[in-house]
Amino acid sequence: MIDLRGVHKSFGSNQVLRGVDLTVAKGQSMVIIGGSGTGKSVLLKCVLGLVTPDAGQILVDGTDVTTSDRDAFLARFGMLFQGAALFDSLPVWQNVAFRLLRGTLKRPKAEAREIALQKLQRVGLGPDVADRLPAELSGGMQKRVGLARAIATDPEIIFFDEPTTGLDPIMAGVINDLIREIVVDMGATTMTITHDMTSVQSIADHVAMLHDGVIRWTGPKDEVFDSTEPYVTQFVNGLPDGPIATLR
Amino acid sequence: MIQFLAYIGATALGVAAALGRLVLFGIASLTAIVRPPFYLREAGLGLLNVGYLTLPVVGLTALFTGAALALQIYAGGARFNAEAVVPQIVAIGMVRELGPVLVGLMIAARVTSSIAAELATMKVTEQIDALVTLSTDPLRYLVAPRVLAGLISGPVLVAVADALGVFGGFLVGTQALDFNPTTYLRNTVDFLTLPDVTSSLIKGVAFGGIATLMGCYYGLNAGRGAQGVGAATKSSVVAAAVLILAANFALTAVFFTA
Ligand SMILES: Nc1ncnc2c1ncn2[C@@H]1O[C@H](COP(=O)(O)OP(=O)(O)OP(=O)(O)O)[C@@H](O)[C@H]1O
Ligand SMILES: [Mg+2]
Repeated sequence: MIDLRGVHKSFGSNQVLRGVDLTVAKGQSMVIIGGSGTGKSVLLKCVLGLVTPDAGQILVDGTDVTTSDRDAFLARFGMLFQGAALFDSLPVWQNVAFRLLRGTLKRPKAEAREIALQKLQRVGLGPDVADRLPAELSGGMQKRVGLARAIATDPEIIFFDEPTTGLDPIMAGVINDLIREIVVDMGATTMTITHDMTSVQSIADHVAMLHDGVIRWTGPKDEVFDSTEPYVTQFVNGLPDGPIATLR
Repeated sequence: MIQFLAYIGATALGVAAALGRLVLFGIASLTAIVRPPFYLREAGLGLLNVGYLTLPVVGLTALFTGAALALQIYAGGARFNAEAVVPQIVAIGMVRELGPVLVGLMIAARVTSSIAAELATMKVTEQIDALVTLSTDPLRYLVAPRVLAGLISGPVLVAVADALGVFGGFLVGTQALDFNPTTYLRNTVDFLTLPDVTSSLIKGVAFGGIATLMGCYYGLNAGRGAQGVGAATKSSVVAAAVLILAANFALTAVFFTA
């Protein structure tokens, strides 16, 4: 469903992606792991067209993302940003229901609010936060509002950039279950970036490891934990010694 | 020497490219104003911020400037027994030049900076990216309502500034300089012509547009981090002020050199 072929991206002299090849099948939960600063967030932004690759091709359903109708294309996507990226001028519920309040997916206001409250509940937030402004929430709460916004319109393809970072272990468990549920029950295709091996265990169908600008390893979840590839072993077990430099 | 020439050439090309980008951005923004979807709530908020909340500062500046102008012209005119021209000169000075320029600079200071800082912060915190992924065009949702508000508020603010500037002169003239109120007003009204007023209002439209456009342009093109926000804010105000003064000269040249 999502096909990346030889994607390159540099910022000035900083070569971030150096030929990424990756395929995500329909209805699959792909988890991307990799060291901090290796370009995982940039990779997702390339697929969404927020960052233009220098070279390579990105296909969604076989059509090149640069040639497809952008509005129709984006309407199928949901994205949780690493920093939540909530609109700080709008109350929480209007953030969640942003798409339901304007554009092609517009609904009556009461209905949009109802859906927003439902989604907030799914990420463990009660109705009392609905009318607060994002700035009045903690980092972990903002993250969960961002998650609720990403799933508000039940999109087909959802990207989660570090969904459990900054959450307590219990809430992280709730979010992991939610993402799994979205994949299994709603049949969504997802790409999740995470550093958290518990998340990998509970969310992933497939895992890909990004290192030095390329996908160094990819395979089914079960194989990641007993892989003999030294990069993967070092990362999964959090070892300071190994092929991945600790100064970067 | 060659290096020096190359440097000048590169700078000139850079400036030309920047101007080109500005013009393209301006055209795209103006197109976005007239093409749906329209965001009425945003436009309302824009009008409130650009127009209504700028009224007090514009009013006060115009009032004081008109008053000072009256004192100066009286003192200057006294050197060749021309004290009587105070109402006419205050009127023409305020309406043709000072009213629009003061409004332009006040919008640049108050509105351009706040738009640039707001949009730059949104950019830095990925809110602009989020907007795009939620199928909303930042040009329509963020830029168009603000520029529209600038185009509408500009002339209204200029009208207020013109009136209050003249009133400032009137206050000084009648309270401190022994002008007869009725004569002062009649001299003002009889002297001003329709082109004086329309040119003033047209300048208001142009300056309101320039000020808001600069805020949006620099905000959306902000660099990364808090530094990016600071730099965007500073550049936007400088660009707006310079462009407004340049446009003022150009418009004056167009209107009043026959
Ligand atoms: N807009 C940009 N301009 C310049 N450099 C950028 C930009 N976006 C990302 N980078 C650079 O690209 C590299 C990868 O960034 P990215 O955010 O994708 O890392 P990441 O793998 O998501 O890391 P983390 O796990 O810490 O979130 C970094 O070196 C970053 O400085
Ligand atoms: Mg990241």
